[in-house]
Amino acid sequence: MSLRIVVCVKYVPDATGDRHFAEDLTVDRDDVDGLLSELDEYAVEQALQIADEADDAEITVLTVGPEDARDALRKALSMGADKAVHVEDDDLHGTDALGTSLVLAKAVEKTGYDLVVCGMASTDGTMGVLPAMLAERLGVPQVSLLSEVSVEGGTVKGRRDGDSATELLEAALPAVVSVTDQSGEARYPSFKGIMAAKKKPVTSWDLEDLEIESDEVGLEGAWTVVDGATERPARTAGTIVKDEGEGGKQLAAFLAERKFI
Amino acid sequence: MAEVLVYVDHVDGAVRKPTLELLTLARRIGEPVAVALGAGAESTASVLAEHGAVRVLAADASEFADYLVVPKVDALQAAYEAVSPAAVLFPSSAEGKEIAARLAVRIGSGIITDAVDLEAGAEGPVVTQSVFAAAFTTKSRVSRGTPVITVKPNSAAVEAAAAAGVVEALSVSFSERAAGTKVVSRTPRESTGRPELTEAAIVVSGGRGVGGAENFPVVEALADSLGAAVGASRAAVDAGWYPHTNQVGQTGKTVSPQLYVAAGISGAIQHRAGMQTSKTIVAVNKDAEAPIFDLVDYGVVGDLFEVVPQLTEEVKTRKG
Ligand SMILES: Cc1cc2nc3c(=O)[nH]c(=O)nc-3n(C[C@H](O)[C@H](O)[C@H](O)COP(=O)(O)OP(=O)(O)OC[C@H]3O[C@@H](n4cnc5c(N)ncnc54)[C@H](O)[C@@H]3O)c2cc1C
Ligand SMILES: Nc1ncnc2c1ncn2[C@@H]1O[C@H](COP(=O)(O)O)[C@@H](O)[C@H]1O
Repeated sequence: MSLRIVVCVKYVPDATGDRHFAEDLTVDRDDVDGLLSELDEYAVEQALQIADEADDAEITVLTVGPEDARDALRKALSMGADKAVHVEDDDLHGTDALGTSLVLAKAVEKTGYDLVVCGMASTDGTMGVLPAMLAERLGVPQVSLLSEVSVEGGTVKGRRDGDSATELLEAALPAVVSVTDQSGEARYPSFKGIMAAKKKPVTSWDLEDLEIESDEVGLEGAWTVVDGATERPARTAGTIVKDEGEGGKQLAAFLAERKFI
Repeated sequence: MAEVLVYVDHVDGAVRKPTLELLTLARRIGEPVAVALGAGAESTASVLAEHGAVRVLAADASEFADYLVVPKVDALQAAYEAVSPAAVLFPSSAEGKEIAARLAVRIGSGIITDAVDLEAGAEGPVVTQSVFAAAFTTKSRVSRGTPVITVKPNSAAVEAAAAAGVVEALSVSFSERAAGTKVVSRTPRESTGRPELTEAAIVVSGGRGVGGAENFPVVEALADSLGAAVGASRAAVDAGWYPHTNQVGQTGKTVSPQLYVAAGISGAIQHRAGMQTSKTIVAVNKDAEAPIFDLVDYGVVGDLFEVVPQLTEEVKTRKG
């Protein structure tokens, strides 16, 4: 039986661009170029490696996002994923983490899965909560924040390098895993991969396809409200000196003045 | 007065500082009730009482150590049902966030992560967050259910406030899924004897400019002279010069110390995301155009191998 892998990828505004908020205080996704979240490239990479090791595997990449999010799916397909699912609906605008996890869970179930692979966090929201929420909603084990992962005969194993300890984890499939940026560089799409991606199937689903009511998601359905966003004032320009042999001493004098020594 | 659940981060009964900060914040919105799980849970009580916990709900069972996250979610759900709190607060650690996330789904509540401040508001706690690599500050609140909030370290000053801190046994019946993810082995990280990165008042970080693992002692020597924690940029970590646990930035730790010293770090947006809210920032970099200089209170354009050792000597001399 084929190992069915679903990789959840997010389309995010470029972090090196001028990210800001739209008038309704949602993340502005129109004025900044978007891309496949770099942290989700690691998820695609690990899925590809797991698929290589398996006798027979199929990788579906899944995104919930606006029309442009298709670019993220194309990138993942050109890296080597087999097919893609795009959940897109005007009513999804402004959906928060709880809502997104609901949509992802329904879409993963409809796709059919043995293993769900996520990134460690999205580079825009940086919450890092979706994999746990998804596991909770799907009712399957969570094997998260892995710097190493493998699948052998119905079991997923991984290494989690935590703050206070390194843990070896194990769970039976089906399961949700998330991988960190320590799991290994993601491959670049080859020219062949880019050409092949153009022919790979991308399925679009809306809320109705997933049997989700519009008031369960979107800004209206959100469980949290942003009341205000202010730009952090620029730091006042500091003193910059060129080292002429006394730079260390000058810095020490500054630290002493600020009472650090 | 409404009660506020506070998840206790502790190691064998030794409470970590972010939990004491949570107690300070919790007192702004209600009476803190602490939840301590695992080995040593009961021995957290005296410190928690000194910092305002009116009650300490404690539970110990092998499940907490043997399986990942879910047993703790079961316990928090039990505490939530027993207390009916006004809010549930967690430290923004990997574990804290994951428990919080699953609890929010279970109890049908909104969640806000990585708060840097918290105040009482007419419609529930008002949460301050720092977003887009700390370029923006937002104010948010949970609009449905019981607010579940995770808070970054160093978001509040620890304040003593004596309270009863009565220990009560929390009875937890583990869900079917509690044993889903087995912790096959756990190797504790060796202590360096230096302060914890996220809790330190001073952090000294080295980047690609340090040039190799063999040169990191230059950074460590300065850190030790200042009693500081040591951090590293991702470039230094990826090169294998310093452990990943010391990485500062978007995919490493967020630090917000009184003083941040960057040596041989250019100041990429992903690095800034993890240190931009530091109170005082100083940098040594030989490139006058490095973006880190946009952030500094004091910057030295120069070779770190000249400047840093001189600084270390001067710190030692001044400290006598
Ligand atoms: C999704 C994602 C997540 C990321 N997460 C993180 C993260 O968490 N943390 C992080 O740090 N980065 C992160 N990065 C990487 C980030 O973009 C930068 O590549 C990284 O921060 C660069 O590290 P650096 O400043 O040490 O190296 P460089 O940018 O190469 O800078 C080295 C600096 O050292 C100076 N230098 C060299 N020699 C000397 C000398 N002898 N004396 C003085 N100065 C010297 C140079 O002038 C230069 O400015 C992430 C990137 C991505 C895409
Ligand atoms: N809109 C989305 N579509 C698909 N996957 C997502 C989406 N948002 C988050 N994810 C996945 O969940 C992970 C953690 O995201 P977050 O909790 O938002 O930081 C990401 O790395 C993705 O794998």
